[in-house]
Amino acid sequence: MDDKLFEILEFGVYGASILLILIGLYAVLTKRSLIKIVIGMSIIDGGIHLLLITIGYLKGGTAPIFSPGYEEAAGQMVDPVPQALVLTAIVIGFGVTAVALSLIIRLYRHHHTLEIDEIKRLKW
Amino acid sequence: MKKFLVILILAVLGFHLFAAFSGLGFGVTRFEKGVKDFYLEKTVSELHVANTVTSIVVNFRGFDTLGEVTVLFLAVSAMGGILYKRRHHAGDRSVLFSSSSIVRSGSKLLFPAIILLGVYIFIHGHLSPGGGFQGGAIIATGFLLMLIAYENFSVSHNTLSYIESFAGIFFVVIGLLGFMNGGTFLQNFLPAGILNNLFSGGVIGIIYVMVGFKVAAELTGLIYTILHEKD
Repeated sequence: MDDKLFEILEFGVYGASILLILIGLYAVLTKRSLIKIVIGMSIIDGGIHLLLITIGYLKGGTAPIFSPGYEEAAGQMVDPVPQALVLTAIVIGFGVTAVALSLIIRLYRHHHTLEIDEIKRLKW
Repeated sequence: MKKFLVILILAVLGFHLFAAFSGLGFGVTRFEKGVKDFYLEKTVSELHVANTVTSIVVNFRGFDTLGEVTVLFLAVSAMGGILYKRRHHAGDRSVLFSSSSIVRSGSKLLFPAIILLGVYIFIHGHLSPGGGFQGGAIIATGFLLMLIAYENFSVSHNTLSYIESFAGIFFVVIGLLGFMNGGTFLQNFLPAGILNNLFSGGVIGIIYVMVGFKVAAELTGLIYTILHEKD
């Protein structure tokens, strides 16, 4: 790959993952609807996963799988450790989202609204 | 005013994050001999497993995966506890609609294929990309499709909890069998086999199949609980 293009890619991938984290934080801090806050948390999750995978990338690397024909390619493989960590993080993020959504359902049952402004004693 | 303040804070945070990570470099080897090289070497020479991510998740960090599965179980039981209602009529659904006959026939046709794809992915977890978590999630999407298409499609909660419990117990029993063969928790005690064969890697394939069953049962139960939440 062209070196100049690779530099733009580096800027783009780190920039995109940090931008995703910031967008998610913005949604969590300013939005009033509880559903939108949970969506913001999921966007933060996605940004962090992209960032971890990016750190483990190797230039011109292959997937860390020893398929037939790639048995001797251990030197060119990308880092498998961040990928295993992200696999764990996705599952934990899923559990967090599920519990948050069920808490929202419970809140809606009591207050009949999803806006945090209208739910008393939850203001900041 | 508050939005302006938030944007200012986020701009400062973003600048510092970007400064930190752009100094790390992209696509370069950072260590002469790191954890990565150890894992890549041992995966082929000792475990005879093709997929390095699987061998890290199930073997090198297998205890961590046991904790992860426990967290998923806890999330599902917490959800059941939060959404618990005393008067629960079977068949009550929060979303009431009747889907068209095209959707019904299409999902009936797709359902076995989705289940087969999920099973394929978790059986081949040590050979190709994928594994127990991914395959389980795919199977749960098959059940989600059927639950959306048919109003009276129901899944037995008892069967789901039996599958889930037996899969979890089997995982721990395999881990404990490692002790009996003179090793540590989750140590491989079966013959390692030949690289890139279906029966290779000893206990890794068996554990990932169990994880697949467990995740599929948990996610299906979770979808079923949310879908039958009625105000």
